[in-house]
Amino acid sequence: MADEISDSKPENPKCGHDAARRQFLKQSSVLTALAFTPGPVVQAAAAEWDEKIAAPFEKVGLKLAVNGKSYKLSVEPRVTLLDLLREQLHLTGTKKGCDYGQCGACTVHVDGKRVNSCLALAVMQDGREITTIEGLAKGDDLHPMQEAFIKHDGFQCGYCTPGQIMSAVACIREGKADSEGEIREFMSGNICRCGAYPNIVAAIQEVKTGGQKV
Amino acid sequence: MNQFQYVRPSKPKAAIDARAKDQNSQFIAGGTNLLDLMKRGVMNPERLIDISRLPLDKLERQNNTFRIGSMALNATVADDKQVLEKLPLLAQALNAGASAQLRNMATIGGNMLQRTRCPYFYDTALPCNKREPGSGCGALEGYNRMHAIFGFSDKCIAVHPSDMSVALVALDATVLVSGPKGDRRIPFAELHRLPGDMPQKDTTLETGELITAVEVPEGPFTKNVHYLKVRERASYAFALVSVAAALQLENNIIKDARLAMGGVAHKPWRLTEAEKSLVGKPATEATFQAAAAIAMQGAKAFKHNAYKLKLGPNAIVQALKNATNVA
Ligand SMILES: Cc1cc2nc3c(=O)[nH]c(=O)nc-3n(C[C@H](O)[C@H](O)[C@H](O)COP(=O)(O)OP(=O)(O)OC[C@H]3O[C@@H](n4cnc5c(N)ncnc54)[C@H](O)[C@@H]3O)c2cc1C
Ligand code: SF4
Ligand code: FES
Ligand code: FES
Repeated sequence: MADEISDSKPENPKCGHDAARRQFLKQSSVLTALAFTPGPVVQAAAAEWDEKIAAPFEKVGLKLAVNGKSYKLSVEPRVTLLDLLREQLHLTGTKKGCDYGQCGACTVHVDGKRVNSCLALAVMQDGREITTIEGLAKGDDLHPMQEAFIKHDGFQCGYCTPGQIMSAVACIREGKADSEGEIREFMSGNICRCGAYPNIVAAIQEVKTGGQKV
Repeated sequence: MNQFQYVRPSKPKAAIDARAKDQNSQFIAGGTNLLDLMKRGVMNPERLIDISRLPLDKLERQNNTFRIGSMALNATVADDKQVLEKLPLLAQALNAGASAQLRNMATIGGNMLQRTRCPYFYDTALPCNKREPGSGCGALEGYNRMHAIFGFSDKCIAVHPSDMSVALVALDATVLVSGPKGDRRIPFAELHRLPGDMPQKDTTLETGELITAVEVPEGPFTKNVHYLKVRERASYAFALVSVAAALQLENNIIKDARLAMGGVAHKPWRLTEAEKSLVGKPATEATFQAAAAIAMQGAKAFKHNAYKLKLGPNAIVQALKNATNVA
């Protein structure tokens, strides 16, 4: 992990790059300078493109609310929401499994909808509200779904668990948890290599029938 | 992922201009297919034009026609009450595709333009005429388990992967497009093309053309419909073979019929002759068997996908049975 990010504040965190990437950026600074003539914004105006524009290697400004906190960030266009959360905001509860939309470990809520953060570009989330597993609990009180996962042994190694819980909460909110079959179908985007599925289903059913607000 | 430029126009026209002026650019909507391919180095656009916030996400119903904006999310359309009631086949096909998380990102326009899942197309170390024209087709003599049995060429034997598209071709949808030369309407059956000598070209769209909406007539197919998807796991995998079946019944006599298959060709495969054979007949297993036999005429398998010659007709019969509750 990068060494220059230890002093980052939530309001203005520096970007976390590994050493290799930093080296790469240094080398490409000449390219950057070239790419800036005549200037992307001027180009955009001339071509009647509106709003956001970023030249190669340039960072784009970005506003996000993550777990109720507002952030003003600047990111390269190629940074995914998952990498932004983990590497720049140090919210490492969201896990990287496959990185290709296949396992669900990276599931977060964007404007209340569950998505795979590994297939979402951070820049495309500008102005949106993100909730990660870190944002589910209210202070020291665990979210009912977190309680239920613990109670029903809904995890073994726990790697898939944050994504499972984010999906499980969404599954109930979407009204897709009425039967075991429905729960299984609408939880199928979350893969658990430990096979904790029966316990996960039990946890979801308990929360669903428990009447607590999720 | 390679570095790229990012622009986010606020009007369709600006997006179209940006795309038309730059061969190395791509529209990005949900990004669930494009980013996957970019991470693997299969597609390397130098500029992404973010179209996800264009005001094209409306779902309207007028004069017995649904007009679904191209930026509407798959999940939104699949959950829409009117769609569930009037276009249940479309809702079923949407829900059969991908996972809940992906359907919350995937757009209607992006879904129909997603690229093939041929493993040789995905692996940049292997030859593929679709990815790199002229490099050869790795699947032709390779492990072609997932591949086409209809309409292929010796240049490419890939199949189109979208579930939604199979329902849309069966429902006689029309794609609305805006481009540098103006607006046009494309019958859904003419959106995707067969590989021929140009497998790199998936569709009949021209550079810069933006899908703005899809129109789907309600039709009489609200009750006896079924989207059957045969896949390797119980859920969340691409179809080996899929069937969209829709019938209009009166006293168990078939008045009108629609049939299409997925996972068998370079485009969603409408089975027009089989449809004709169903009309006027009673909804019985014998009728369905006969239609399935007609549907499979002309099918040709490769080394590893001969199972599709059997699975195909069985799936057709089963989909029709499910649509009509024939035991
Ligand atoms: C793990 C996984 C499993 C999946 N399983 C299935 C499945 O079982 N069935 C299925 O059908 N799909 C499946 N999908 C595919 C998924 O449905 C598609 O990726 C998604 O629908 C694409 O929509 P998008 O908006 O994200 O497209 P994007 O990735 O944004 O775009 C795809 C392509 O379409 C172009 N494009 C997008 N919108 C427009 C427009 N309006 N006009 C012109 N061009 C446009 C883009 O330039 C790009 O080339 C799966 C995907 C993953 C990752
Ligand atoms: S079948 Fe088509 S996509 Fe697959 S390797 Fe051959 S040319 Fe490429
Ligand atoms: S890490 Fe995103 S789905 Fe696997
Ligand atoms: S508990 Fe180990 S991956 Fe699910």
